[in-house]
Amino acid sequence: MFYLFASIIVVFSILTVTSRRILRSAVFLLFVLIATSAFYFMLRYTFLAAAQLALYAGGIVVLIIFSILLTSHISERFKQIELKKALGSALVAIAGATLSIVTLLQYDFHQKAVATMEEVPMRDIGLSLMNYGKEGFVLPFEVISILLLAAMFGAIVIAKKKKD
Amino acid sequence: MIQGIPIVHFLIVATIMFFVGVYGFLVRRNLITILMSIELMLNSVNINFVVFNRYLFPDQLQGHFFTLFIIAVAAAEAAVAIAIIINVYRRFANINVEDVSDMKY
Repeated sequence: MFYLFASIIVVFSILTVTSRRILRSAVFLLFVLIATSAFYFMLRYTFLAAAQLALYAGGIVVLIIFSILLTSHISERFKQIELKKALGSALVAIAGATLSIVTLLQYDFHQKAVATMEEVPMRDIGLSLMNYGKEGFVLPFEVISILLLAAMFGAIVIAKKKKD
Repeated sequence: MIQGIPIVHFLIVATIMFFVGVYGFLVRRNLITILMSIELMLNSVNINFVVFNRYLFPDQLQGHFFTLFIIAVAAAEAAVAIAIIINVYRRFANINVEDVSDMKY
């Protein structure tokens, strides 16, 4: 099961950056995000998986698809990328990936016994979001709420039509 | 459900996803596809946080909450970026990065 979702993630993320039709690559991105939330379900972080589905797969992808429909023709294909640039970027990406994977394989993780795969109760999540003591997250929670408000105002102000 | 899968396999998948995002960021010429590559990279970092939390520190919740906050920041970032992209489109009738260079010189 894990390897199925892992291969979905790898194949569709490659298709996302190589597809020459923009709407298709948005749909491939959607598949990648859904497979990621399947990972979270497997790790028994159900709340996180639901947030991922609702915000990423439901919110951001829809926003991206709307803006694609507003700014480009659907049947339009991208120009072929110059071979030199594609090769250079692929070289950078592959070099970075090999470096990281080799480092990962050499490092010895002190993995705890994964027998404790129980679900995090919703009550604990809510309590630590509202808690200001040790392991409390009320400050980032409030900062995020102000950030969301600011982003909302910013988006409205930027995209507003000028009167003239 | 996930018993027996070593942590390294998750991390390798996340690494591949991250560098695919880097490749897309370097190669693509359309602002929206660049934004999509950034989303790929953010998402792979999220997987890393969650997996470290679950495998190495199962009695704490730090990685879980960081992922939650990253998702919120990504949503805000996508909203503002798309507002900017729509504004750029209105001004230049085009969202290719090569054509939007008025402020460069």
